[in-house]
Amino acid sequence: MTATATSARSDLSELGRSETALRTFLHGLPGVDQVGAEQRAAQLGTRSIKTTAKAQAIDLAIRMVDLTTLEGADTPGKVRALAAKALRPDPADPTCPHVGAVCVYPAMVPYVAEVLRGSGVHLASVATAFPSGQAPLEIKLADTRAAVEAGADEIDMVINRGAFLAGRYKEVYDEIVATKSACGDAHLKVILETGELATYDNVRRASWLAMLAGGDFIKTSTGKVPVAATLPVTLVMLEAVRDFRAATGRQVGVKPAGGIKNTKDAIKYLVMVNETVGPDWLDPDWFRFGASSLLNDLLMQRTKLTTGVYSGPDYFTLD
Amino acid sequence: MFEYAPAPESRSVVDLKPSYGLFIDGTFVDPTDGGSFKSINPASEEVLAEVAEAGAQDVDRAVRAAREAYEKVWGPMPGRDRAKYLFRIARIIQERSRELAVLESLDNGKPIKESRDVDLPLVAAHFFYYAGWADKLEHAGFGANPRPLGVAAQVIPWNFPLLMLAWKIAPALAAGNTVVLKPAETTPLTALLFAEICQQADLPAGVVNIVTGAGDTGRALVEHPGVDKVAFTGSTEVGRAIARSVAGTRKKLTLELGGKAANIVFDDAPVDQAVEGIVNGIFFNQGHVCCAGSRLLVQENVADRVLESLKRRMAQLRVGDPLDKNTDIGAINSAAQLERIRELSDAGSAEGAERWSPPCELPERGFWFAPTIFTGVTQAHRIAREEIFGPVLSVLTFRTPAEAVEKANNTPYGLSAGIWTDKGSRILWTADRLRAGVVWANTFNKFDPTSPFGGYKESGYGREGGRHGLEGYLNV
Repeated sequence: MTATATSARSDLSELGRSETALRTFLHGLPGVDQVGAEQRAAQLGTRSIKTTAKAQAIDLAIRMVDLTTLEGADTPGKVRALAAKALRPDPADPTCPHVGAVCVYPAMVPYVAEVLRGSGVHLASVATAFPSGQAPLEIKLADTRAAVEAGADEIDMVINRGAFLAGRYKEVYDEIVATKSACGDAHLKVILETGELATYDNVRRASWLAMLAGGDFIKTSTGKVPVAATLPVTLVMLEAVRDFRAATGRQVGVKPAGGIKNTKDAIKYLVMVNETVGPDWLDPDWFRFGASSLLNDLLMQRTKLTTGVYSGPDYFTLD
Repeated sequence: MFEYAPAPESRSVVDLKPSYGLFIDGTFVDPTDGGSFKSINPASEEVLAEVAEAGAQDVDRAVRAAREAYEKVWGPMPGRDRAKYLFRIARIIQERSRELAVLESLDNGKPIKESRDVDLPLVAAHFFYYAGWADKLEHAGFGANPRPLGVAAQVIPWNFPLLMLAWKIAPALAAGNTVVLKPAETTPLTALLFAEICQQADLPAGVVNIVTGAGDTGRALVEHPGVDKVAFTGSTEVGRAIARSVAGTRKKLTLELGGKAANIVFDDAPVDQAVEGIVNGIFFNQGHVCCAGSRLLVQENVADRVLESLKRRMAQLRVGDPLDKNTDIGAINSAAQLERIRELSDAGSAEGAERWSPPCELPERGFWFAPTIFTGVTQAHRIAREEIFGPVLSVLTFRTPAEAVEKANNTPYGLSAGIWTDKGSRILWTADRLRAGVVWANTFNKFDPTSPFGGYKESGYGREGGRHGLEGYLNV
């Protein structure tokens, strides 16, 4: 950070006190030109990451995966297997790093916690009536507390999109603040559900709103609506966390989730992080991929780089 | 840290001959007086090939070949048949685009990502576009039966060698003219590969002739009495000399000359995209762009913020090997151009502007210049008035929209300008008042074959591209 940015650091905590102050601030943020943002994202996607850089990127991406299963059909056995895979993604290769976290529904948290305890792999749980968020606040908070008590150290909450799109920013803000407080020591990831926010201007405003309210991470999507993470949306969110740190000194993480299926895509995101916010965010503490099928492709590419040959999907464990 | 490993594009797709003759009447021939010069790779100073230097006799031979082809083959040929050749050329360019892109980067020094993703797609698109016009000239708005002019003498610059060739040759041929083209002396190689493509496409002999050489060759060509049309892209100084030599003759003239474009950033601009536009405006193609946004006019109440973002973004620019797919800024095209950029930049410092470049390591061999910005520039500084034609941006501030327009127009040039604002009405208000041939709004350096391009005042006259681009090659 330059000296001017540091000296200009401001206390934005008062903004949440009034609807008017929030609105004035969020609508005063510079706009996003859609064409330009998409063009920049596409440009970054043309970087050519080969050999040593690719190996480095693959290992980093594995460490950033939030290995996720969020299905009605999840069973204790299935999530235990997922947790075991999170610890040792490639049982044949001890040099393969473990993933960043396992992400499950609150009811599944206890089974995962048994496996992960003391491993350094985080345990994330979606809460607040995921994915729709359509429940009374008290129930959302109870959902959150239950997940934390069961052993989750990261909570992925959904914002109230209806309130946000209707312009009731304070309502969204207050819910995030309340959820953050219900989290206790657990980290809070705020899911913006960008696929429902429609414009990049909204994505930027929602990002700032989540950060102002105390979110530790901002996350693109639930993975449960047709449009999940995209490169331009992630670009706009990365610009927001960069500018937020310049303004307040607090660093917030970013998690694109949903639709990131292969190594090539993951590397495009890492390039974008590298060239938008820099190496400070190239760390599992500050950037995560919400994904399930991504991990196996990363492992296949990793094996290809070390052995020189591709192996079939049967050589990698099912999630 | 995330270091990108080298990702070089392979040179082996290009099959360079040790020496090249002149392309006259469908074949490569030796020059009459046997002169030659070397074309080098500006990124390494390695000699790429020896190229023939055309003297007055060679130019005369080429013009006579073009005349004969015009009278016997190309002029009488129905438009639909000319179109077939142009479509064929366009397709071959696409098929051989990788080869052409690598050669362009080798000879010019521009990064492969630009020759691959910008130059070559536009070159092919230009031929496709004008191929479509060849049999529809009577519907182009120039009367019922517009006729070609005859032989066109075309002199092109070194900044976009193949793209400028396409801008010149495609409309000329579509309209029914034949051409003698002189590429720049530092970048003749893709034009010679294009000559091979003309052979591959079975283009009738003499329709396209390529004479290589420097200023003397160009002068012999534009002053040749057998020429009906002169088209030039290059410096205003040479453009003036050409206009003088053509004055009083029957030759039709179009000139596309220098520029000192203002890129205007208002306080309500989308800042992140504006910064991308500023970077693209001045650092695209090492700033070797006649329409480059070389003067940044930023509203004073957002100047600090924009400059901070700009500097942060500039620190991400990767300068180096043009053939590396991750290179953003390649080599300066020639020692002479590097000298001019240095001279003007030193003048900027000497006149009191503040100079800044991101930390960046430049290769030892070859011609390199770090991306540079000058702040605290006034209208009176040389770097705010003269075209630098390099990766050097002069930053000025303004308080009111009227002041922005006044400063933007305070230049002898009038080629292009950029406007950055979220407000549609302000875009229209500003564009109405800017004296520039091309005005981009919330973007910069966008090109399309369907869109006319050209300037006024000392940036030249005539339009290239679009329906308008046909006019310079028809007797209207």
